[in-house]
Amino acid sequence: MKQFIAKRTVINIFVLFFVALVIYALMRALPTDYVERIARQKASLPGAKSYQEWLAQLGDAYGYNDNVFVGFFKWLGNVFQGNFGDSWQYNQPVIDKFKDVIWYSVVLGAITFVLEIAIAVPLGILSARKQYSKTDYAITVCALLGISLPTFYIATLLKYVFSVKLGWFDLYGIVGRDYEFLSGFGKFMDMTKHMILPILTLTLVSVGSLMRYTRTNMLEVLNSDYIRTARAKGVPENRVINHHAFRNTLIPLVTIVGGSLPGLFSGAMITEQLFQIPGIGYISYEAMVGGDIPFTMFYMTFMALLVLVGTLISDILYAVVDPRVRVN
Amino acid sequence: MKKKDELKKQDSHISTSTALDDEQRVKVLSPTMLVMKRFFRNRLAIVGLCIIIFMFLFSFVGPLFMEYEETQKFYKEDYLYKLYAQGTYVSDVTISTPEGADALPSSAQRYILPAINKGEDSFEVDGMTYTLEKYSDEFYGVDGMTVFAKVDTLAGNYIFDTDLDAATEQAIIDAIEKGETELVYNGETYSVEKSGKNSYNIGSYAEIGFASTISFATVDGSTPSYTVRYDALQALSGGADNFVVDGVEYRLEEANENSAMLYADGEEYAYVGNFILNAKMADVRITPEFILFVEETLLQMKADGVLETEVTFMEADGTEKSYTIQNDNGQYIVNHEELSLLLDRYANPSKEHLFGTDKDGMDVLVRLMYGGQVSLLIGFIGVFFEVIIGIILGGLAGYFGRWVDTLIMRIVDVFNCIPTYPLLIILGTFMDSMNVGAREKIFMLIIILGLISWPGVARMVRGQILSLREQDFMIAAEASGLKTSSRIFKHLIPNVMPQLIVIATMGLGSLILTESTLSYLGLGVRHPYASWGSIINAVSDMYVMLNCWFMWIPAGLLILLTVLGFNFIGDGLRDAFDPKMKR
Repeated sequence: MKQFIAKRTVINIFVLFFVALVIYALMRALPTDYVERIARQKASLPGAKSYQEWLAQLGDAYGYNDNVFVGFFKWLGNVFQGNFGDSWQYNQPVIDKFKDVIWYSVVLGAITFVLEIAIAVPLGILSARKQYSKTDYAITVCALLGISLPTFYIATLLKYVFSVKLGWFDLYGIVGRDYEFLSGFGKFMDMTKHMILPILTLTLVSVGSLMRYTRTNMLEVLNSDYIRTARAKGVPENRVINHHAFRNTLIPLVTIVGGSLPGLFSGAMITEQLFQIPGIGYISYEAMVGGDIPFTMFYMTFMALLVLVGTLISDILYAVVDPRVRVN
Repeated sequence: MKKKDELKKQDSHISTSTALDDEQRVKVLSPTMLVMKRFFRNRLAIVGLCIIIFMFLFSFVGPLFMEYEETQKFYKEDYLYKLYAQGTYVSDVTISTPEGADALPSSAQRYILPAINKGEDSFEVDGMTYTLEKYSDEFYGVDGMTVFAKVDTLAGNYIFDTDLDAATEQAIIDAIEKGETELVYNGETYSVEKSGKNSYNIGSYAEIGFASTISFATVDGSTPSYTVRYDALQALSGGADNFVVDGVEYRLEEANENSAMLYADGEEYAYVGNFILNAKMADVRITPEFILFVEETLLQMKADGVLETEVTFMEADGTEKSYTIQNDNGQYIVNHEELSLLLDRYANPSKEHLFGTDKDGMDVLVRLMYGGQVSLLIGFIGVFFEVIIGIILGGLAGYFGRWVDTLIMRIVDVFNCIPTYPLLIILGTFMDSMNVGAREKIFMLIIILGLISWPGVARMVRGQILSLREQDFMIAAEASGLKTSSRIFKHLIPNVMPQLIVIATMGLGSLILTESTLSYLGLGVRHPYASWGSIINAVSDMYVMLNCWFMWIPAGLLILLTVLGFNFIGDGLRDAFDPKMKR
């Protein structure tokens, strides 16, 4: 087991290395013309550093003056010291900005995550139990609707109904206008209120795929021999479902859910952008649209890391949860 | 009856005939037919298929039936208030001098105002004294000295700037030495005035001009001659209302307080008063009558205590036009209601425009059709790249195994890790700054999307091939000495087809979603071309969100339905292909 984990970790580190190289090469592939133009733009802002300084800063952080590989290793060296450079957009070290905003995303992600599981798993199981019934059709259609919904569309619809028509929530932002004047509890409630629509949006668009995944797995389990055996020997249907089937369905569920845990840190770029929640997704979006290369490099590398950690976790969980799987 | 029977037979693929003949045998359907049969039995799949067929008809056939173009702009005629003229009351006097005479120094203007305000009857400029003769509050005559000669005294010597005869010079010198201010010589009276420490001006006083706050606005925009103005002002301050200048008979008819209409030979000639109205529109000449009318309205407004009013003015040709007159802190703004050709923006749904028009006055329905072409096309292009790369790399990995497999799977891992949206956004921004055309950009983005989203396909193909490789038919293929390429592409790939079709169908949906999201974010298709996402993009304008449901709800529904349709079909196909899913 330890050997398996070690092996997977080493492989993932290698993959991460290459991903970072690819991302770095991509950023380097942007013509210097573009970089110079951005530097000029940044320099023309009031109170900004001079154009030469901007160019020098970039060359410094990324080794633009060296070839791709030397530059990459220089960049990597900085990264190991926790130095991702200064963000062009926010004029502060990328890491500082990241630390400021990540928690909004984590809270948003975590609540959505819990809701998603609480809704998707029971409904998925119900749908599988009553395969081809009206309930099944309804759940399937709802799940597919959720998968097919463009995030921006459902977010706009929700805003239209709840913010514009009913006036229950603000359209944008994480805090209300009078946030500064609220008491501690009031502040908390204010933020909670502003989180409702984003969480609703995220849940609506993400619940469908987990629901279908649960249904498919449950169906597979229900068709397996040991369930038939259980039924044949006269185990009550409820017990068949809750004990025999459900536990076995949990195996793939746990791996996939575990694997998506790191995703909590990745932020929901589109949703955050739509509701202007200052989480990592929105902040990165702004940075990317503004051509902020240091921040983009950091964010992409960070996302890649999260994906790899996710796969690693689900691999390990798969081996841990299912005793039938031999790690080698 | 027999036909019905046959249908029934086909339907249940078991003959119901009792006869012991060929018909009795179980009818065997080809695998393809079986799949189709299962597919068409799935109601959701049928719904999905209908949706997709509808979308294709809507997008590709629909425009043929529409008379509008994708980027055709629509105009409407509407009444619009435009800034027509701006006016103000003049409270400062300006000095006028006769044509041909020397103008007063520009600094005279500076001194005359305080003098008038203080009620003084003279003021000095550059050592010259001017006296004011008040005719009315708005009209002063300016008397000044016409200099006849200048004298400088230098150590008892008198230096004249003009040549005078000796007798005149002597008379002047005498007067200066006696300290007299007046000098009578040859029956004429001259003034002697000290203009500097050692210098004197000799001249005569006369009216050299007038100062007045009253201005003239003639029908043709020209300025009346000095004499006419002078006489008119005299008339206004109580003089004779009729006067003749250069053979033209003028008549002044007082209209409002301090303003009047001047007639020349019985025809309207000029507005006389201290109100100025400047035209703010090209090709507009303000008539004297209109100024009087505005002034009258303003007086009325003042009496009513309102700051804005709407009035109708009858033109000379009998047409009536509406104006609004506003008092903006002493600036009077006249707006004119005018029929103008406007872009028919944000028009509500109507017979001509079923889904209204957008912010550029383009028909939303037509744009939805053309946008559908882009969205659907883009989905297919992306999936094409995704599937081709996925098949080739997945096939190689699955078939050859060992280090090829390891290498390709690591590449898959790497590509799997590259975050899609950040990459597309940064590339989109980059292309924006390089001024890549809107259409090329979205196609490039989608090709890039295809190039990075193949890992899913590759994984699936590899997994399938790994299990197929071990089967007997592959051993048979190898034993019969087939080439590797034909083993892969003729024997393995066709067996992967079912899953491939399912994954590609689902992929179409998700690519359309991605495209619309990018366009929504403003990174994809740009104006004037349409895509469903870019049409919804309009909703980021609050006005559209609040008032124009027709601009974004239909587009969103089309995206939702299309993606849903592809998902339904994909789902139906998966069920149909999977032999385990018996119903």
